[in-house]
Amino acid sequence: MTEPAASVTGQVIRPYGDATGDGRVQVSFTLPVPFGTEEERARAEGAAHQLAAAMGLDPAMVVHAKGIGPDFTFFIVYGRVSHLVDLSAVTVARREFPLLSSAEVNLRIRAGLGRKLVVLGACIGTDAHTVGIDAILNVKGHAGEKGLEYYREMRVVNLGAQVDVDKLVARARAEHADAVLVSQVVSQREAHLAGAREVASAFRATYRGERVPLLVVGGPRFDPAMTQDLGVDKIFGRGTTPREVASYLVHALAPPARDAAPESPARDAAPADAGRAAAPAGAGGAAA
Amino acid sequence: MDAEDVMEPKLGLDPALVREARELAAAAGQPIVELARTHTTVSVERAVLRLAGLDGADDDGMPWVNRLADAVRESAGLEHGVALPAWDALLTGDYADLRTLARDAAAGKVKFRVPEGRDATAAGAAARAALGRGIATIDARRAERDAMIRETAEPAKPWIYLIVATGDIYEDIPQAQAAAREGADIIAVIRSTGQSLLDYVPEGATREGYAGTYATRENFRLMRAALDDVSRELGRYVRLTNYASGLCMPEIAALAGLERLDMMLNDCMYGIIFRDINPRRTFIDQRFSRQVHARAGIVINTGEDNYLTTADAVDAAHTVVVSQLLNEFFGQEAGLADSQLGLGHAFEINPEVPDSFVLELAHAQLVRELFPNAPLKYMPPTKHMTGNVFAGYLLDAFFNLAGVMTDQSILLIGMMTEGIHTPFLSDRDLALENVRYVARAAARLGENFRPPPGGFVEQRAHQVLAEAVDLLRRIGRDGLLGAIADGTFGITRRPADGGRGLDGVIARADGYFNPATDILEGAS
Repeated sequence: MTEPAASVTGQVIRPYGDATGDGRVQVSFTLPVPFGTEEERARAEGAAHQLAAAMGLDPAMVVHAKGIGPDFTFFIVYGRVSHLVDLSAVTVARREFPLLSSAEVNLRIRAGLGRKLVVLGACIGTDAHTVGIDAILNVKGHAGEKGLEYYREMRVVNLGAQVDVDKLVARARAEHADAVLVSQVVSQREAHLAGAREVASAFRATYRGERVPLLVVGGPRFDPAMTQDLGVDKIFGRGTTPREVASYLVHALAPPARDAAPESPARDAAPADAGRAAAPAGAGGAAA
Repeated sequence: MDAEDVMEPKLGLDPALVREARELAAAAGQPIVELARTHTTVSVERAVLRLAGLDGADDDGMPWVNRLADAVRESAGLEHGVALPAWDALLTGDYADLRTLARDAAAGKVKFRVPEGRDATAAGAAARAALGRGIATIDARRAERDAMIRETAEPAKPWIYLIVATGDIYEDIPQAQAAAREGADIIAVIRSTGQSLLDYVPEGATREGYAGTYATRENFRLMRAALDDVSRELGRYVRLTNYASGLCMPEIAALAGLERLDMMLNDCMYGIIFRDINPRRTFIDQRFSRQVHARAGIVINTGEDNYLTTADAVDAAHTVVVSQLLNEFFGQEAGLADSQLGLGHAFEINPEVPDSFVLELAHAQLVRELFPNAPLKYMPPTKHMTGNVFAGYLLDAFFNLAGVMTDQSILLIGMMTEGIHTPFLSDRDLALENVRYVARAAARLGENFRPPPGGFVEQRAHQVLAEAVDLLRRIGRDGLLGAIADGTFGITRRPADGGRGLDGVIARADGYFNPATDILEGAS
C-alpha cells in the first residue's frame, strides 16, 4: 500500500479535485421533473440543488441540466463535500492467497495432490449466460489469461447453462470433484443469493459427513464478503480472471508442503484490480 | 432497404475468392438442409398447430399445442407430422375446434392414428385449409406493415436499435414508447433469461421475468399496438424485435408472423454454441422458422457478435465472416430475400490493441462489401466496457463512427453502463446524444473514406477473407456438425448428439405431411 501523497494529515483525507483537501466531487442523476418552460427549468435546477445539499455537497454547482422527454431532467453536479475519510479505519479484503503462474499451479497440484485436480463448473437455475463460467474454464480464458482447461494438472468438466442443483451434486460425486464452480451472471430479485444457498445446502445434505468439494461461486452481483452467509468457501466478483481462480483452488486444495516461498510483491501488488478488468461475468448482456 | 444505398467497393476484394467463399458455404450447408428436409421436431409440429389457430393453455399454463402434439406423438407418433392424425381426429371425432380436441387429448380420451385412403385425403384437405387461413393471416399482417409504413414513414438509415428489458410488459411499453420518442427506430424486447431452454411458449401478458420479458403472443400484440400508436404520433414506423431462438424457435417465428413483429433474432448456430441446444434440433427448427420469416417479411438478425464475446475479436474475425456466409446460405435457401438478412457483427476488439479502430473499420467494411444488399446489424462493445463510464462513452462514440463510416444499416446503441446495470433513463439519452452527434458530424465521411490499395485496411480485410475461406474449406472436409463439435465457433465444443432438445427431433416417415411447409415452400 502506497502512502496517499496528497493527504491532509496522512491518515485523514478528503476528495481531491485540483488541490489538496478541496473536497470536490462530481455526481450525475435524473429527477422526475419536467424541464420545459422557464419556470419548470428553474424549479428543476432548484430540485437538483436541494438533492445535492442533502447529499452533503456544499457549495454545489449544477453544471448541466437537460430534459429527457416531457417528464424527466438529467443533471450533472459538481460540489464540495466536507466529509473526511479516515484511512486507519478502512478495512480492505485482501486476497488471502498468492497469485501463481500456470506452471506454479501445475507444480503445486502435482506436489500437493499427486493427481489431477477435478473442477466442475456450471451455471445453475434459469441462468443461461455461460459467458462468465466459460471465461474462467475455457482454454481461451479471459483478459489475456488462459482458462482452467489450459492447466495440465486440472481436469475440467463444464456443465454449461441451466444445470439443476441436484444434477450438479450428482455429477460432482460421479466425477469426484475437488471443486465446484457455480456462475450466476443474470439475477433478479436476489436470485443469485438464493441459488448459491441452495447449492451449499444441497451439497451438505448429500455429502453428509463426507468431504464436500470446495464450493466457489462467482458473478458480477455477488459480494465477496458473503461467504459465511451463503455457506460457500469462496465468492468471486466482477473482473475475476482464471488465474485468480486457479491460484485460489491450489491455495485451498493443494497447500505447499512447507511454508510457501515468500510471495513476490510484484505479483501480489494488484489485489484491488476488480474495477480494471473487463468483467467476464458482466458482459454479454447485449444480446439474447 | 433495397439496393438504393449500396456503397461502391473500396477494398479490391477478389471476386473469384468471394464466389468461392459462397460456394464453400453452400457446400457446407447443403447436408444440413438435407437433414432439415428429412426431419421434423416437436416445435415445428407445434408451430403448425399454432398457425392453424390453436392458442391458449391448460390450468397449469401448459399450452394446448404442447398437449395436443404430445398426445399425438404418444399414440400415433410424429413421423408423419401432427397434421394428419390431428385433423383426422378432429373430423372423425366431430370436434368443433382444435382446442376442444386438445382438451380431450390431454385427458387421454383421444386415440390418434395416421389415417389412410379417403380419411387421409379428408384430413389433409382440412389441415391444408386451416393452414391456408393461418398463412393468409401472416400475409395480411405483412400488408398491414406496408400500409403502416406508407401511413407513417420509413426512417433514415442507420436505424437506431434500442433494448428494453424490465420483465413486465406493462413497464416495457412506456419505456419503449419513450425510447421511440427519443429516437429509436427499432425496439427489441429482451427475452427473459432461460426462455430459450423452455420447451413451450408461455401464454398471456406477463409481468415478471428474469433480466427480460417473456416472449408470448399477447406480449407481442400489446407491444406492437403500442408502437403503432407511437409510430403514428412520430410519423415514423418504429419496428419491433424479439427472439426466434431456443427450443421453440419455429413457434415463436409463427407468433411473430401472426402479430406483425418486424425483426427477429434468428441465428443458425447461436442456440447451439451459447445455449447448448442440440445442433440437429437447432438446424431443423431454424429452417422452418426462416421459411415463416420469409413469408412474413420479417428481417432476421443473426448473432455473430456473440462469437466475439467469448473469442478474441481479432483472432476470430474470420469466424464471423464464415458464420455470416452460412447464415446467408441457410437464409436464402429458406426463401429470405437479401433485404431480410440482418447479418450481425460487432465492435469488440480490445481497445489496448494498436490500431484497434482501424482493424474494426477493416472488418466492418469487409462485411459491408461481402453483403452489399443485407441490412447489416452492428453491435456495440460489451467485452471491453469497464466501470469507467467515461472511457466507455468514448469507445461507444468510436463504435458509432465505424458504423457511420462503413454504412452499417442497423446500429445497436451502446450504453456506457454496459455490464454494470440495465440502462438508466439518462444512460439511454446520453447514448442517443452520442450517436446523433456522430451521425451528424460524420455523415459524409464514408464517401470520403478511401482505404489506399495495399494499405493496412485493405490488407487486413483480404487477410480475414482468406482465413474465412481456409476455415470454410476445413468445414467442407469435416462437415459443419464436426466443426461445431470441434469448437470452431465461439470456442465452445458442441457435439452433434449433445445438448438439449435432441429427443424432440424426429425422422420423417414416407408420407410425412406438413401443410405449412407445403404452402411456404410452394410460395418461395
